[in-house]
Amino acid sequence: MSTVTLRDIRKRYTDADVIKGVDLDINDGEFVVFVGPSGCGKSTLLRMIAGLEEITSGDLLIDSDRMNDVPPDKRGLAMVFQTYALYPHMTVAENMAFSLRLAGVPKARRHERAQDVARILQLEPLLNRKPRALSGGQRQRVAIGRALVRNPKVFLFDEPLSNLDAALRVQMRIELASLHDTLKSTMIYVTHDQVEAMTLADKIVVLQGGVIEQVGSPLDLYHHPHNLFVAGFIGSPRMNFLTVTVTDVNSSATTVKLPGGETISIPVQPRNLAVGDRPTLGIRPEHLRFDRTNATIHGEVKVVERLGGETFAYVNLPGGDTMVVKTDGDTPVQLHDQVPIYLNGDRCHLFDPQGMTIPRAELRPLTV
Amino acid sequence: MSSTLAVKPHNTKTSKRQVATLPLVAPSVLVLLIWMIVPLLMTLWFSLQRYNLLNPANTGFAGLNNYISLLSTSSLWISIFNTLVLVGSVLVITIALGTLLAVLFNEEFWGRSIARLLAIAPFFVMPTVSALIWKNMLMHPVNGLFAFVTRSLGLGSIDWFAQYPMLSVILIVSWEWLPFALLILLTAIQSLDHEQVEAARMDGAKSTAIFRFITLPHLGRAIAVLAMIEMIFFLTIFAEIFVTTSGGPGLATTNLAYFIYLRALFEFDVGGASAAGLIAVILANIVAIFLMRLVARNLDV
Amino acid sequence: MSSASSKRYRYLFVTVLGWLAAALLFFPIFWMVLTSFKTEVEAIALPPKLFFQPTFENYITIQERADYFSFAMNSIVISVGSTLLALILAIPAAYAMAFFPTKRTKGTLLWMLSTKMLPPVGVLVPIYLLFRDSNLLDTRIGLTIIYTLINLPIVVWMIYTFFKDVPKDILEAGRMDGASPKQEVFHVLMPLSLPGIASTALLAIILSWNEAFWSLNLTTTNAAPLTTFIASFSSPQGLFWAQLSAASTLAIAPILIFGWLSQRQLVRGLTFGAVK
Repeated sequence: MSTVTLRDIRKRYTDADVIKGVDLDINDGEFVVFVGPSGCGKSTLLRMIAGLEEITSGDLLIDSDRMNDVPPDKRGLAMVFQTYALYPHMTVAENMAFSLRLAGVPKARRHERAQDVARILQLEPLLNRKPRALSGGQRQRVAIGRALVRNPKVFLFDEPLSNLDAALRVQMRIELASLHDTLKSTMIYVTHDQVEAMTLADKIVVLQGGVIEQVGSPLDLYHHPHNLFVAGFIGSPRMNFLTVTVTDVNSSATTVKLPGGETISIPVQPRNLAVGDRPTLGIRPEHLRFDRTNATIHGEVKVVERLGGETFAYVNLPGGDTMVVKTDGDTPVQLHDQVPIYLNGDRCHLFDPQGMTIPRAELRPLTV
Repeated sequence: MSSTLAVKPHNTKTSKRQVATLPLVAPSVLVLLIWMIVPLLMTLWFSLQRYNLLNPANTGFAGLNNYISLLSTSSLWISIFNTLVLVGSVLVITIALGTLLAVLFNEEFWGRSIARLLAIAPFFVMPTVSALIWKNMLMHPVNGLFAFVTRSLGLGSIDWFAQYPMLSVILIVSWEWLPFALLILLTAIQSLDHEQVEAARMDGAKSTAIFRFITLPHLGRAIAVLAMIEMIFFLTIFAEIFVTTSGGPGLATTNLAYFIYLRALFEFDVGGASAAGLIAVILANIVAIFLMRLVARNLDV
Repeated sequence: MSSASSKRYRYLFVTVLGWLAAALLFFPIFWMVLTSFKTEVEAIALPPKLFFQPTFENYITIQERADYFSFAMNSIVISVGSTLLALILAIPAAYAMAFFPTKRTKGTLLWMLSTKMLPPVGVLVPIYLLFRDSNLLDTRIGLTIIYTLINLPIVVWMIYTFFKDVPKDILEAGRMDGASPKQEVFHVLMPLSLPGIASTALLAIILSWNEAFWSLNLTTTNAAPLTTFIASFSSPQGLFWAQLSAASTLAIAPILIFGWLSQRQLVRGLTFGAVK
């Protein structure tokens, strides 16, 4: 059993607070991803768990033992660095077995262990090579191997895929997922890439400015973001936002007026909204449709991005806002076309002026 | 919603592993401190004393007398003038030719890396060896190669060290230091952004314009650094003079360094030599201040 | 003229020019090496001989002179000794400054470099007198101390920059793997910066080997390195050109090779990183 618990963890440098009180429970075998824009404190938080940064205040518990003052190598963790941080003067085998060598494990046992790990990661033919003779993906695998050798309670990954090219990144992502499935160990993974977060995580922790914005499963975050920030951060292309005016409130739905004058009814709890309030409406590009019969609003296409399988159309609305519509790859839409767009009120999110989500009248099931 | 943080914590220095740094740094600092302060204070002290090893009876505080007598003798002024001529000429020669050579060796050509090795070789020759090669085998009025060449051309032979003593020393020192200038300026040229040159070419710049408007400004800093480092070294040119002309004929090639050497180790005038030494220190510091400014700006700790 | 053929002419032109410059600069060294294989008579012959029966006589003569070996030995002991001393002093200092910088680190580094700016003539008199009074004149120890001190700032500085180049991640990976501070230095940091330390050592050896101000002023016979020995050929009665050439060739050959090997680091070291 390996759990990690953070209790009001804070990090203060002389001139700034970087982590402003983080509480988090990570369960055994869970794949947790810290995600957020650069400077949000996600790497610092990971390095505090690793023991590479001091914890200013709060408690870090691993398996309910307080670890704040335990040196990094005694915490039972292993870390994979963004730059791989392989020792360039050692072979692949020596790199992987270095921690065992420092721990005084006999040479034969070290070798055996390195062999075992190399087999899992298909590194066997490379064991006697130096890192400089390896490709980026191979180096990445050695870095993972070095972590595996230690048989840690918890794996830490600091943006491990960001130095790989796009194709390799997808491949390594899949390998990491299946590695987690095989090992079933606890993993904490830092990334700024929300696709990695969505695909790998059991639990995503969205950080911003040193505080947790939301913790939840990928689909939870996608369908029920707590606030504007999470709504905008999760999903690509990002959610469209429009400032609207409340025209009618009742127990099952709220009616709002769009900048162009059209009205739409959204099934959210009435809560604190009153007629005349100006909340923000959010709707994802994939939930918009070109639909002449049910058109809610009209706009002019300013940019068309055709990706083959899908098309993103950037549409200027009469109120001056721009909306992105995700549609089929073979849509006939042309630049400068006037297009009718159907806004499904059921798919819309509503955020109060403070940026907090106004809860839905009925929660949507995460998977069908 | 909280505001975004400007600092990226990853870059912030953290010393999680505390090591007592003082005992590690102290030995180096201490020996350098002693090396810098003790002899300098002694020089200052001696320069204010009547102190001649040949005349041990005559000692005592001299005040500024050493400076006054030194400044009133023409030999000091001649040696300072010679120092300036030597430093100035070699600077101009090495920087001008060094820039041209750097541009040349930046071009792709057949066997470039070997040619470059040959060209920088003189810098690694010890000063006494270079002085003797030039003095004997090249500039010797009878058996030297230069004499042979000029005689074959019907120009007669030149007794270099008698007729053009300063020019001869300048030639030797320039030969030794031109490779250094080449190395530094070549390194600087190679750091020139290639796309900048291509952009200039797209803008219609020809080779000379590229050199004038792109390469030369880029080299400005390197040239300044080179000039200052060379000045520091050239202030103390000694072996070349010691081996070839011994400061002569007369005082024709006596620079400040050789002047101090003569005063101290031939006339045994410790006081006078020390006073001259301090003058050299002051001259060097004027240069050093500018050099340290340039280095400090470039040093990120 | 087509662009391709104009390119060819340019290439040819640059090749000729480049080799001409290289040949001119290298010629005195070439001429010296050539002379070292001549007899004394051939060495001063007019017109100068380009083709002759090469002889190793001069090298044999030089080897046979017992004192040549002692001069060479002095050069080796003094330059290697001062380099080792400087490294021993510099590595801990550079380690502390590179990985545990304080507010004073930058100032300390700059101050160290500034000691290089002091012209040796300024302190010749006191050093000479101090050496005379403590019997260090004409001793290997005396010259070794001087060379250690004059090279120390460059050595500290260069090793500092090499340490700074070691990626922080690798040291942290070592720490995650359980390396103690000592293990971190010896198993990770030192092997990683070994090439840098080696080229720093080469540069320090070159500078000590070729130093000719202090060696000429502080040594005469016993501890005199090759610079002083070669200078003794300047006297009129010492006009054995072929022998001088052979001795000089032996004296500069190892340093020339070291210099060629470390030319990049040399720029870095001698300009204090102001030119990269």
